[in-house]
Amino acid sequence: MTRFPSRAQGVADRMAGFVAHLRMNGLKLGPGETAEALAALGAVEATDPGAARLALRALLVPDAEGWRKFDDLFGAYWFNAGKQRAATSSAHVRVQSARPTLWRPHLDGEDGAEAAGETTPGDGDGAAEGVDGRLIATRTENLRKRDLRELMDEDSLRAAERAARDLARAIRDQRSRRRKRALRGPALDLRRIQRASLARGGEPIDLFRKARPDRPMRIVALCDVSGSMTVYARVFLAFVKGLIDVDTKADAYLFHTRLIRITAALRDHDSLRAAGRLSLMAEGFGGGTDIGGALNAFADTYAAQALNGRTVVIVLSDGYCTGAPKALAGALARIKRKARRVVWLNPLLGWRDYAPVAAGMSAAMPYLDAHLPANTIEALAALEPQFAKL
Amino acid sequence: MSHLALRERLARVGYVADESLAMALHLALALGRPLLLEGPAGVGKTEIAKALAEVQETRLIRLQCYEGLDTSHAIYEWNYQRQLLAIRAEGASEEALFSDKYLLKRPLLEAISQDVAPVLLIDEIDRADEEFEAYLLEILSEFQISIPELGTVKAKARPVVVLTANGTRDLSDALRRRCLYSYVDYPDRETELAILRKRAPGLEPQLAAQIVGVVQGLRREDLEKKPGIAEMLDWAAALAGLGINDLADDRGAVQATLVCLLKTAADRDAAPVEVMDRIIGKVA
Repeated sequence: MTRFPSRAQGVADRMAGFVAHLRMNGLKLGPGETAEALAALGAVEATDPGAARLALRALLVPDAEGWRKFDDLFGAYWFNAGKQRAATSSAHVRVQSARPTLWRPHLDGEDGAEAAGETTPGDGDGAAEGVDGRLIATRTENLRKRDLRELMDEDSLRAAERAARDLARAIRDQRSRRRKRALRGPALDLRRIQRASLARGGEPIDLFRKARPDRPMRIVALCDVSGSMTVYARVFLAFVKGLIDVDTKADAYLFHTRLIRITAALRDHDSLRAAGRLSLMAEGFGGGTDIGGALNAFADTYAAQALNGRTVVIVLSDGYCTGAPKALAGALARIKRKARRVVWLNPLLGWRDYAPVAAGMSAAMPYLDAHLPANTIEALAALEPQFAKL
Repeated sequence: MSHLALRERLARVGYVADESLAMALHLALALGRPLLLEGPAGVGKTEIAKALAEVQETRLIRLQCYEGLDTSHAIYEWNYQRQLLAIRAEGASEEALFSDKYLLKRPLLEAISQDVAPVLLIDEIDRADEEFEAYLLEILSEFQISIPELGTVKAKARPVVVLTANGTRDLSDALRRRCLYSYVDYPDRETELAILRKRAPGLEPQLAAQIVGVVQGLRREDLEKKPGIAEMLDWAAALAGLGINDLADDRGAVQATLVCLLKTAADRDAAPVEVMDRIIGKVA
């Protein structure tokens, strides 16, 4: 069992330590939880570690994510188990002041021990390592997945997210003319009031209201990550991530020679795992492109659900394509039939004297509602007025 | 009563719970806190509440949430028609009009005005609006409802509250904090076999093992909607009804009965004969 340090004051103290340990590992727990946890242990066979674990898990875990992490955290604290940094003298936990970016040291690739050391100045008993019983098991995996994460460093991600948010708003902010029933609204819904008044002998007691509903446009982004686009992939992926984060209904796909849906991966709350999943999906990242084939695949499969009369399709690509231009034109025509607008964001268009002479691009032109330049985040942000017109 | 005893009793009414779920239920009873159940569709989240009510020998009161659910459907409403009739017929006074006689109790009010603590199932809470969730928080902590015309109704006995969620939207942290939590996942092979034996005792053991094996295999495939326990039971009933004793025997009929398990066109295409042959080959 756990070696209790001499300063531990008994079970209440240990429980406070455990709650603090969970808090450090990302579970949102308040001070009241410690007392609740002790009460819960009173309701079960607290001497049975299995039962105690189940009880504490039911009590302290708020969501599915925590549910998966809990057993490791429990083992790490109560049994000095789990992949913990070799804790030699003490597994005692101090309640440390807020250090929200807990995983940061591992993510940045710096030595986690240093970071842990900072928090225990003057401790001197060598307990700095693993004092907080944090798990470090994920580190090696994270390093392997660095490649794509570097494409999405925090600054550019934030800037791209901002640009995406503005764009999304410019498109989405389209109100309907028609009024529909609403909880709060400027106008009275006379029809409903009259209907409801029948139940009250003709007295209009309940007042119902109506308002113009938001009719948001959905965004479907198709991002080219082939060899010729490698330079821009960083910006575009961050931009697409921004679109997805802002708009719960947005949908995103990657394509090179194949088409892959990445919405679920981008929506992952754990941005690290999101990057990991993306790297797996972007296999063949940097290879050739078959835009026509990929768009046809989209039209064949996802389009039925993804597209409707309120959808803006954004294609992020340079238009250099190994497939037949005819296939590209055909695919765009099919998409255009189902979507409200098709916009092509082209990084090359930012160049002076660029003309869409590439066979693929010139075949695509007739089906585009807009063909806009986008090679940096600034350029993307500058598109807002154009998008508002769509 | 320990959580293992509770598990026993749940098993007796036909619900096979794993240990962590039994513990969550046990704590919900012992601490009087609501229990939030999350997990994929079709793993028996709703069934838990039914089984719990049966174990506790009490009523199950169910509130099915949906978008736009409002107080008049969740808490109470006055029976206006009867009130009007009373006015017309006997010129009822105001006190008489706003009395219990004309109060239509909806699930939440119903649950807190019971003499014996019922099990209150709030199903698919994530479908309701955030406003309703906030209101629910108040009820779950105070267990009282105030009706302007009548006064405050306090719970005579605290109901056992079970909430289920499917992940339609994120629930607020406040609600999560107030609840005990249990994640209900697809059962493992032994548990599922136990469930099937409980629900369909007449089934051949060999066929039961095959059914569970195939369903577990299908869940590992890349499907849009993975078959849940209810689907598995349906399928077992269908196979039993057709008199099939071995999945490998009549492949055509088995393929036809897959409609019980696979509920979208894409999933049906994802499990063609070859894939099913492979899965069935493994378990046969």
